[in-house]
Amino acid sequence: MHHHHLPLISNVPLLPSSLILCPPSPNSRSPRRRITLVRASMDGNGELPLVLLVRPLFPAFEDSLRQHFRFLLPWESTLPTHEFLSANARSIRALLCFGPSPVDGSTLSCLPGLQCVVATSAGVDHIDMDECRRRGILVTNAGDVFSDDAADYAVGLLIDVLRRISASDRFVRSGLWPIRGHYPLGFKLGGKRVGIIGLGSIGSRVAKRLEAFGCTILYHSRTTRPSLAYKYFSNVCDLAAESDVLIVTCALTRETHHLINKDVLLALGKDGVVINIGRGALIDEKELVRCLREGVIGGAGLDVFENEPNVPKELFAMDNVVLSHHRAIFTPESFSGLLQLVIDNLKAFFDGRPLLSPISA
Amino acid sequence: METLGVLFTFPRNSYLESELDRRCNLFRLWEAPPESRLDFIRSHANSIRAVVCNPIVGADADIIDALPKLEIISTCSVGVDKIDLDKCRQRGIRVTNTPDVLTDETADLAIVLAISVMRRIPEADWYVRCGSWKAIGDYKLTTKFSGKTVGILGLGRIGTAIAKRAEAFDCPIIYHSRSEKPNTTYKYYPNVLELAANCQVLIVSCSLTPETHHIVNREVMDALGPNGVLINIGRGLHVDESELIKALVEGRLGGAGIDVFEQAPHVPEELFGLENVVLLPHVGSNTVQTRKAMADLVLGNLEAHFTNKPLLTPVM
Repeated sequence: MHHHHLPLISNVPLLPSSLILCPPSPNSRSPRRRITLVRASMDGNGELPLVLLVRPLFPAFEDSLRQHFRFLLPWESTLPTHEFLSANARSIRALLCFGPSPVDGSTLSCLPGLQCVVATSAGVDHIDMDECRRRGILVTNAGDVFSDDAADYAVGLLIDVLRRISASDRFVRSGLWPIRGHYPLGFKLGGKRVGIIGLGSIGSRVAKRLEAFGCTILYHSRTTRPSLAYKYFSNVCDLAAESDVLIVTCALTRETHHLINKDVLLALGKDGVVINIGRGALIDEKELVRCLREGVIGGAGLDVFENEPNVPKELFAMDNVVLSHHRAIFTPESFSGLLQLVIDNLKAFFDGRPLLSPISA
Repeated sequence: METLGVLFTFPRNSYLESELDRRCNLFRLWEAPPESRLDFIRSHANSIRAVVCNPIVGADADIIDALPKLEIISTCSVGVDKIDLDKCRQRGIRVTNTPDVLTDETADLAIVLAISVMRRIPEADWYVRCGSWKAIGDYKLTTKFSGKTVGILGLGRIGTAIAKRAEAFDCPIIYHSRSEKPNTTYKYYPNVLELAANCQVLIVSCSLTPETHHIVNREVMDALGPNGVLINIGRGLHVDESELIKALVEGRLGGAGIDVFEQAPHVPEELFGLENVVLLPHVGSNTVQTRKAMADLVLGNLEAHFTNKPLLTPVM
């Protein structure tokens, strides 16, 4: 049997590789600088807990994560992946999945001892959730750590489309302003009816922001949110018919695939704007491009696409469209928040404590 | 008002132009070559009793002096920095502007400029359109907007509207104004330098006066710093533009979102290649709805004056 060679750590209480140095907390009363020594949680052999990876760690996360966990790297083995997994199955209880690498049924079937999957994204459409539920495998996602940034980006995309920010920035940089004299008018945001699809952590933050601009919020969600005073629609078409803007912030599941389709776009209408920061497949992309080309809807702001990094080239010539390469959450705060959440979820799992951001069934 | 002579200084609102043309005897200043503008004005001076102007071409001393019958100047803007107010005061000429109808639009623009600069949305749009997105996995980080301290220079109608919006992003609000405002919870700073030193996003939304000329100078930009972002939705002359370019190029200022320039429509080309700026062609109030509302306010003010009713939005 091929063993993945790991450095041996002897059974001594405090070990250099397990020391975590914490700076004194801001509220510390002690006038002298104190360093707190915290022992990382160990498994029964005095080693750091073992976590399976399906792709390499983000370089930025590697140092921190390796202070707390040991990692199993299947691609470094000469064995084919499924054989490697089966060979190590007994020691694998946790899997860290950097999105969007898939965790599919065949991978899961090689891991009979798997109890926890920690994902790094808000969306978990790349994980076989049915199989995880069936086997009682706990799955955690990114919780709220990205939500502010995602909401900011959605608002930025919307106002950009309405007020033609990116298009007129290009206009100025091309030197056309002195020649053409002015740029075509945009459209007012205040008073617009904004239909939010998916009123979760991100959607509710989008709503709060847009209310301050004088928008009226409507929504469709799997469940109603009675504590929020927004009008609920059980049907996306009906929502679109009463909206000037649709903002897609829901999860991609079998049910929500191509949720925004021809009927919805038609109902939204010729001045309507669609903003998508969810997943590309939430929208029938071919249909969206056709509707934009034919003026069935008024504009779109898209951070995600059905087949990234491929973007329908027809969109490149449209000034009523704003395009972005799937980076609604790329800020230092979101990334460090994510790193901390990943560490905290894994530690909670290995300590037998409740997970911080489990996905409920 | 059919025989009323109105001088219109610059073609920026076709709805306003056609309404004026329909209702009055309209003289279009831009139809005269620049060197003979004053002659053009003088030749029609007998019938011109009103001037309609805007931030691009205003009503300066020369124009006012050439119009002995001038009674009212209506600017299609909230700023009146392009009108010689002293002359108007001396001659008893009424002046109106277009406040309130453009407050929301301009405040919206300030916020979207901040998000655009910090989150690099126009840059992303450009990147995708160029066909540069060839592989997933570019994790270049941008600057978070939510929660950053926003410093507002000029807490008037527009500044207050900006603050309300920024608060929805959990941004702490601080401000500097000519005088401290009694009914706000925002922290006041007695000068713009301290304001800049204590915020991450500095938004210029005050009026242009001799005191606020180049109020954002090199010192202020250095105080705002390499992580700071400057947003100008006021007037080009609020910011020392040549210092702005140096600060951006040298990395002493983190970024800038600019809707107004000192020599608009000429924008310094050094800015074109920078990825930490967003440059707009004075679109502050440029929506279909707002432009119409501004035009209606100009027309309403003129109508009120010439039918001896109280002006709707007088400045003087």
